Amino acid sequence: MSDAAKHLPRLTAAVVPLLVLCALPFYLESYWLRIGLFSMAAAIGAIGLSLLSGTAGQLSMGHAFFLAVGAYGYVWFSGDPGPGLPPVVAMVLAVLLAGAAGGLFSPVAGRVKGMYLGIATLALVFIGHHLMLTLDGVTGGFNGRSVEPMEIGGLVLDSGRDDLVVLGVPFGAEERLWYFGLVLLAFTWFTARGLLRGRPGRALAALRDSETAASVMGVPVARHRSSAFVVSSMYAGLAGVLIALSFRRVVPDHFGLVLSIDYLAMIVIGGLGSVGGAVAGAFFVTALPLVMAKYADQLPLVAAPGSPDGSLGPTEASRYLYGAAIVVILLWAPDGLHGLARRLRSRLRSRLRREPPAPPHGPGPAEPVTPAPTTTAPSVPVKEHTP
Amino acid sequence: MTGLLDTLLAGLALGAVYALVALGFVIIFKASHVMNFAHGSMLLLGGYLTAVLHEHLGFAGALAAGVLATAALAGVVDRVLLQRLPQDPRAAHVATIVTIGVDILLVTDLARRIGGDLLSLGDPWGDRVRTFGPVTVPDSRLAAVAVSALVIGAVFALFRYSRWGLSLRCAAEDTEAAALQGIRLGRTRMLAWCLAGALAALAAVFLAAFPATGLERTTGQIALKAFPAAILGGLASPVGALAGSLVIGLTEAFVITYQSDLHVLGDGLSDVAPYVVMVLVLLVRPNGLFGAKGAARV
Repeated sequence: MSDAAKHLPRLTAAVVPLLVLCALPFYLESYWLRIGLFSMAAAIGAIGLSLLSGTAGQLSMGHAFFLAVGAYGYVWFSGDPGPGLPPVVAMVLAVLLAGAAGGLFSPVAGRVKGMYLGIATLALVFIGHHLMLTLDGVTGGFNGRSVEPMEIGGLVLDSGRDDLVVLGVPFGAEERLWYFGLVLLAFTWFTARGLLRGRPGRALAALRDSETAASVMGVPVARHRSSAFVVSSMYAGLAGVLIALSFRRVVPDHFGLVLSIDYLAMIVIGGLGSVGGAVAGAFFVTALPLVMAKYADQLPLVAAPGSPDGSLGPTEASRYLYGAAIVVILLWAPDGLHGLARRLRSRLRSRLRREPPAPPHGPGPAEPVTPAPTTTAPSVPVKEHTP
Repeated sequence: MTGLLDTLLAGLALGAVYALVALGFVIIFKASHVMNFAHGSMLLLGGYLTAVLHEHLGFAGALAAGVLATAALAGVVDRVLLQRLPQDPRAAHVATIVTIGVDILLVTDLARRIGGDLLSLGDPWGDRVRTFGPVTVPDSRLAAVAVSALVIGAVFALFRYSRWGLSLRCAAEDTEAAALQGIRLGRTRMLAWCLAGALAALAAVFLAAFPATGLERTTGQIALKAFPAAILGGLASPVGALAGSLVIGLTEAFVITYQSDLHVLGDGLSDVAPYVVMVLVLLVRPNGLFGAKGAARV
């Protein structure tokens, strides 16, 4: 088999979803596109958090803070109280600002470990929320600020004054932002995979598995911990910019503890340490409540909004389902969706292999391929680092 | 001077209540390496049951029922959900996220039942106050300090002298060796969860008592302030939880009293101050005040 033919399945596996994603704005309502946009923003942030928690083994619950720094940074840099820079420049500066905020926290992030860091970063969420309310010259206080639309080479990503129509489909804000989000997500995906598979990723994984061993091998512990934190905050900042652009208004209450916990849930549901898993988890956690809120009144036992007291409203129904989904998924697959997919794939492969001619040594070689849960299960959730 | 004494007492009472919650975190963490995010909603459940039942059973009966039910729920959550997960300390974050799921379920349900109401728990202290010379103290605060001191003392005695306490300390030291000695890890763990649940339910009573106006659906969020208290002292150290809670309680009370002087820093500073103190302490001692620096084995 030639090289090209060998790469063909992998290439199609990468290109087909991309084509589908590019085609979606031509078919979907703007409601669904908005859900998609929120999910993309969440995916970018989740990839960043996954670098930190899944690879470096550091738990962070302060992600909402860095998202907020990115979002407010963009708004301030591009907006009226603020220098009013071109949006692209403002975006880059906002990402750098989020990185700098992560760097400021690095004296803590470099020294404090695991669960301790998780709670320490919780502080950032509360302090950040306090700052957002207090510095109302910059942040607009409780009511927040509206967001300048992104502009690239004269094309404003807004429901704009120009009535752009592509192939008979009117292109409003959601359609335009969709492609922008896709580009950002693709950028994040490839840079994160590059980081994970390269030298830094290996150093971080070594650090996670054994700090002592890693430092003996010459990995500077504190520096790697804090730089993982900085990189993860920069991704969070980028996600914050996209969130700001798709909401068109930033308010302090969005960036609360709940958001941080959602991000943590995303990467754990997706499967720690995997870029694909983080994206899947982000879509799951972001889209599920929105989709459920849309269809909740059609579920059995759920009353329409505004029904008498004591009946189950759609918002509550979607919260119940969300909570239950987290519990059920993690009990069923403690290594997350990524681990689930991997097990399905290996089971499928072993079945395919078994079917054609009988294996040379009887049933023997086919059996071990089906994962033996006793040997893989305990090590999988933290060990896994193949993106 | 009176202001200072008042503030000190308020801080002490607040710290005593936080200590009940933070001790629960520490017990659970010691037994299972899990940070229990459902602690706030368990606290709320205890308070809610007490509030609903006190007209039928009287305060003491309702409190007992609330405490027992919450303890049972915590035990069930551990036994039925968390003990099914892989028992690797490094995989503890999975269990932590599962508790977040449990928290979402519980809080949604309780918030739906409580709605916008303020529930009275029917506690015997009411709004009575006592005057000692220049200082006036609400009875409920005195009760909070006294009951917490008693209960925490009892818990420490349990740790030190009971078979369960010994099992727990052994299991925390070396799980494998403990299992080989015949310690029933599952049961030890579950009992730890039950105890923590009971403490949380007890804390709910004092959080809803005077000078607070009653139990509302956001009362459970108080657990978020016990997080810094638990971390500050060192997550695996019960004594640390106690010390951390007092530090956090006093910090909060002082910031509330002197808020007007600190107005430059914005409103609502008392909600942020505990976290600032925590970060400062962690900068100096990354494992908390009483946390042992784990020895690394190569």
